[in-house]
Amino acid sequence: MRAAVIVFPGSNCDRDMAVALKAAGADVSMVWHKDAALPDGLDLVAIPGGFSFGDYLRCGAIAAQSPICQAVVAHVERGGYALGVCNGFQVLTETGLLPGALMRNAGLKFICKTVGLRVQTSDSAFTEGYNAGDVVNYPVAHHDGNYTADDATLEALKAEDRIAFTYEANPNGSVNDIAGILSQNRRVLGMMPHPERAVDAGHGGTDGQALFRGLLGQLTSA
Amino acid sequence: MKARVHVMLKAGVLDPQGAAIQHALGALGFDGVEGVRQGKVIELDLADGTSEETIAQMCDKLLANVVIESYKIEVL
Repeated sequence: MRAAVIVFPGSNCDRDMAVALKAAGADVSMVWHKDAALPDGLDLVAIPGGFSFGDYLRCGAIAAQSPICQAVVAHVERGGYALGVCNGFQVLTETGLLPGALMRNAGLKFICKTVGLRVQTSDSAFTEGYNAGDVVNYPVAHHDGNYTADDATLEALKAEDRIAFTYEANPNGSVNDIAGILSQNRRVLGMMPHPERAVDAGHGGTDGQALFRGLLGQLTSA
Repeated sequence: MKARVHVMLKAGVLDPQGAAIQHALGALGFDGVEGVRQGKVIELDLADGTSEETIAQMCDKLLANVVIESYKIEVL
């Protein structure tokens, strides 16, 4: 599987993401935000966590207008896979590839801790390594992770089984405890918690490995 | 020419920062503050003749996230 990790000024989880993808067996290239094209033959684009462009204007808003994001939108429109974690999730909502928006945490504090997440669906390349109902532990580290969307969007997400993960104990005020959502074609996942920080026992847990292995399994056989 | 864009969270979208400001005003002894909403003001220096429609496009594409925010354009 060929994967690219997008690097913006202010990204800080790009190398963690690359390490997690490589550990699962992916061929990974790093792509700078000013590049206008993605590498050929790409299966997955990963948009990492961090504080792209200093979170100026709104988290992810400036990154979403960068040249590479037009290529990411085209990749997704062609049916390509994309994973956005933390700031990457914010970028995906700002580009409109995922619905809703991420607002300031309800408690106004930056939250950095490991949280329990319930896997709501195993019906995606990202979550097929889990069973629906499993509880996994991933770290969160964000100030603006309070997911919000209008009622019609929330109903559609639920009806179409597109809520991938929910918080066991909601840390940030997200509506319906939503921690991660899928696109309509189930090939784009955006989530605030960090699976790439949960792939090495030395870092406190390996619950994220199944996400990357499942992705690799599905995309390599495809 | 100059224009000023006011960006506010839409009515009905909870504003945690506004709520914190309201709480702090109460703690300072200001009674009767029944609600606070925080937004932002963006001032634009524009070429003369820039249409309000163009400014609205700037708002829709970048300056506001219309999923959660509304905006008001003031041409100065």
